[in-house]
Amino acid sequence: MTGLRYVYAVCRPFGAALQSQLAGVAGDPPRLLPHGDLVAVVSHVPQADFAEEALRAHLEDLDWLTATARAHQQVVDALTAVTTPLPLRLATVFRDDSGVRVMLEEREAAFRRTLDRLDGRVEWGVKVYVEADPAQQAEPERPAASAPAAPKPVSGRDYLRQRRRQTRANDDLWSRAEEFATGLHTRLSDRADGARLHAPQNPRLSGAAGRNVLNAAYLVARDASEEFVEMVDRTKDDAPGIRVELTGPWAAYSFAGEGEGEGS
Amino acid sequence: MTTPSRLPDPYGQGQSANLADILERVLDKGVVIAGDIKINLLDIELLTIKLRLVVASVDKAKEMGIDWWESDPALSSRARHDELTRENAALRERLRELDPGRVPREAP
Repeated sequence: MTGLRYVYAVCRPFGAALQSQLAGVAGDPPRLLPHGDLVAVVSHVPQADFAEEALRAHLEDLDWLTATARAHQQVVDALTAVTTPLPLRLATVFRDDSGVRVMLEEREAAFRRTLDRLDGRVEWGVKVYVEADPAQQAEPERPAASAPAAPKPVSGRDYLRQRRRQTRANDDLWSRAEEFATGLHTRLSDRADGARLHAPQNPRLSGAAGRNVLNAAYLVARDASEEFVEMVDRTKDDAPGIRVELTGPWAAYSFAGEGEGEGS
Repeated sequence: MTTPSRLPDPYGQGQSANLADILERVLDKGVVIAGDIKINLLDIELLTIKLRLVVASVDKAKEMGIDWWESDPALSSRARHDELTRENAALRERLRELDPGRVPREAP
């Protein structure tokens, strides 16, 4: 056998069947590799694409990376529908089944601890954006040439007054956004079993409109999820100029690290 | 064994999930295990990866004036270095205030 083993996640044994038409990375449907009390979910992947050098080169190729990331996420997603998976980072690859078994054995205690901590829980992502108000489009970094048709200041004093008005309006929106995001995060954290703040996403990369001021992940029990979602939904119309975006349910990616304490 | 209970319908996920959301999770989160194939994702220019979501290449990005990563310590070793230098200078300054004469003015 020449194929390598790509591992998506580690789970407890589960009875339900995985969604049948899952492609998996490299088109190989995910298989279950049970070992003791744990199951690794793996695909057979070609050496030509997943050996070190090839893999490194592939990861720099956006199309390849996109396809692989989506395939990885799809499998983890399908697992989330039937159990609580512990998702591994993209491109965790072993030579053969026995390599995977050795890994499971060596880390068994830690896996069990983490799986216990995550059991029955999923992750929800909440992002808050400040939407640029057209009336305040004249951001400082904008080149003067493209500034909107605000009345041209006729004097220095006019100019300063105009600037001050603009700054005040911006400051106002920002402080409202900050207050809103802090309040929302506090309320959601109260309802969650864990919360993580991630770096705001760069709008150029996410393609999302507005400026991302809160990018958080919450660990929520499955049976509390409906309530959690409703809570987020209710805040959506609360604040003009501010947009709330919910994603999920995700596997508990943001809470899978072993360093994560219980009380966080 | 876990028996999942009913979950709300997915929000912004599945096929249409924002690539940034997916990459953020599969590249930055999740359990890190050193496999037999040793790839450290941090060695891969994560930055390159992220940038290529919108532009063809880093060079192209710089051309377009997209250089936010250069001042982001998490993304740029140069920014990290600059930050350390700044911090060192600030500390030296502070020491000099506290104990003039014992701290050299400039680092070697």
